[in-house]
Amino acid sequence: MAEIFVLAEHREGELREITFEMLGAAKYLGKDMGATVTAVLLGHDVDTYAEKLGSYADTVLVVDDPKLDYFNAEIYQKVLSKLISDKNPVVTLIGHTAFGMDLAPALAVELGLPLATDCIGLEVDGGKLFVTRQIYSGKVNAKVSLKGDQYMVTIRSAAFPVEEGTLSGEIVKEAVAIEDVPYRKFIGYEEAPAGEVDITQADYIIGIGRAIGDPENIPMVEELAEALGGVLACSRPVVDKNWLPKDRQVGSSGKIVKPKLYLALGISGAFQHVAGMKDSGLIVAINKDPKAPIFNVADYGIVNDLFKIVPVLKEKITELKG
Amino acid sequence: MEIVVCVKRVPDTSEADVVITGKDIKKDDLAFEINEWDNYAVEEAVQIKEKLGGNITVISVGDEEAKEVIRRGLAMGGDTGIRIDHPALAGSDSMAIAKTLAAAIKDIDYDLVLTGAQAGDLGAGIVPVALAEMLGVPHATLAVGLDIEDGKAKVKRELEGGLMEVLEMDLPAVVGVQTGINEPRYVSIMGIRKASKKEIKLLDISDLGLLPKDVGEEGSLTVIEELSVPPVTKVAEILEGDPAEAASKLAEIMKEKGVL
Repeated sequence: MAEIFVLAEHREGELREITFEMLGAAKYLGKDMGATVTAVLLGHDVDTYAEKLGSYADTVLVVDDPKLDYFNAEIYQKVLSKLISDKNPVVTLIGHTAFGMDLAPALAVELGLPLATDCIGLEVDGGKLFVTRQIYSGKVNAKVSLKGDQYMVTIRSAAFPVEEGTLSGEIVKEAVAIEDVPYRKFIGYEEAPAGEVDITQADYIIGIGRAIGDPENIPMVEELAEALGGVLACSRPVVDKNWLPKDRQVGSSGKIVKPKLYLALGISGAFQHVAGMKDSGLIVAINKDPKAPIFNVADYGIVNDLFKIVPVLKEKITELKG
Repeated sequence: MEIVVCVKRVPDTSEADVVITGKDIKKDDLAFEINEWDNYAVEEAVQIKEKLGGNITVISVGDEEAKEVIRRGLAMGGDTGIRIDHPALAGSDSMAIAKTLAAAIKDIDYDLVLTGAQAGDLGAGIVPVALAEMLGVPHATLAVGLDIEDGKAKVKRELEGGLMEVLEMDLPAVVGVQTGINEPRYVSIMGIRKASKKEIKLLDISDLGLLPKDVGEEGSLTVIEELSVPPVTKVAEILEGDPAEAASKLAEIMKEKGVL
C-alpha cells in the first residue's frame, strides 16, 4: 500500500505543533490517495515522542542516533534520502519552518522530486496531487500541479487543524548508518536577548507595522499605549529596521500574544504576524489600505491614516477612562 | 573573497490592488523593486568585501528590466553584473531558476554565494538551499548573522519564537539571507548612474550549457494551474467617518467590550 511520509519536527524536548498539523492533513490525503500515514522521527532517545506520534499515524518510523540529537540539515538530508529511496513514499510532507526550509529543497534536488513549498491546501484529482500556496503578499492563491507520481510538499504552520489522535500506530525502528558529516557543525541555540517588557504578559497591546515610517513617530503611539495602560509591540519590518528591539516582535519568528485588546496600527497582516496575535480578545486594525489582509483578522477596522487617528483616539480614550 | 549575490526584480504588491489575469497578475501598474531579502544579501556581501577584500558578482535571471536591480547592486558595491535571459525561461519554477543560476555560478571560482532566503513575489524559499545542492556545497538559510573566518562561515539562523541556531560550515557555501541581518545602505540615483559604467554581462541559456527544455514550464516539476483570490472567512466591521468620528466610535466599542 502506498505510504505518506510526515517528517516529525522537534526541538528542545518538544514535538512541534506543525507535526500534528501535517499528520492531520496527511490523514485526509491518505484517504484520497489510498495511502497509509507514516510519521518519520529522527532523533536521539525519542521513545516518548514515538509513542505520542503513534496516536496520529499508522506507522512511526524511528531512526535513533546521537548524531540526530539536534537538527542538522546535512545529516537529516542523508538519513531522509536513504529512507525515501528505500520506501518510496508517494508524498513526503515537511514543515515550512526554519528546519524544513533548510532541508526540503536540497532533499528534493538530491532525489529529483517535485517540490511545492509553504502550502496551505492539498487536493487529489485523478490520482494527481494539487497544492494551494499563496503568492504576491498573500493576495493571490495559486493552485499548483506537481509532475510525476512522487511528491515533496512543505506545509505552512497553522494552515491545517490538529485532529484528535485515535490511532495506535506501529513503532518501527530503522537503523541508518550515519557517516561523519564533513561540512556543517551545529554549535548551539541562542535566545534573542530579553528586554524590559514581556509583551506576552500584557493585556493591551498596540502593534505597529512598516507604516509607522520613521522611529520619530514612535513616541506618538507610545502615548496611546500609555493612555490604554498597554505596551508597544510590532511586526517584523519594524525590528528589521531596528526601530524596536526583537523582544517586541509579534509573530511566528517573534512572540505569540493573546491580550484582551490588540490594536494593529499600519500592519498589513502577513500570515507570520497573524500567527502571533490571532487569538487576542478584541482585534482592531487601522490601515490605509482597505484590502490589507489584517482586516480579515480584525473584529473592527478603520480605513485611514494611522497618524490621523492615533491623536484623537488617545483623547477619546483618556476621556472615557476619565 | 569571491562573492556571488543573486538578485531578483519583483513587483511590490504589499499595498497594491492585485488583479489576476490568467496564470499571473496584471503588472503594468505595479512598481518594481529589488526583492527585499536580496537587498539585505547585497549589503551583506558588500560588508564582507569591505572587511576582507575581494570581488562581488551580482547575478539575476530576468529580462532587460532586471538590469535595474543588478545596477542597484553594483551601486551598493558590486563589481560585475551577470544577467541571464532567454525566452524559454518564462514559466520556470524556483527549481528551474536555481538550475539556471547554478549553471552560471559553477564557472565562477566563488567562496560564498548569497541569496535572499525567499522572494516577495512567489515566496517559495527554494533557491538558496536548492542552489547549494546543485553546486555540491553546504548551505544555511534564514541567516540573521554571518561571520567569515578561516575559510569557514559561522551562521546564525533564525528559528521560530525568537530562537536562533548557531552553526559553522566550510566554504565555499551558499547562505540564504533573512531580512534584518544588517542595515542596507542608501543608494542614490547618482550612485546608480555611476554604476552604469560597470559591466553587465548578458548570458543566454546556451552559454550555460542548458537547452530550452531544461527550463521554463517544460523544465519545471511544478506548474501554476490557476490563480484565485483567497476566500475571506472574516471581515472586520469598518468604522466609518472622519478621524474624530471613527476614533470616537472605536473608543465607545472598546468601553462596551470592557477593554477600557
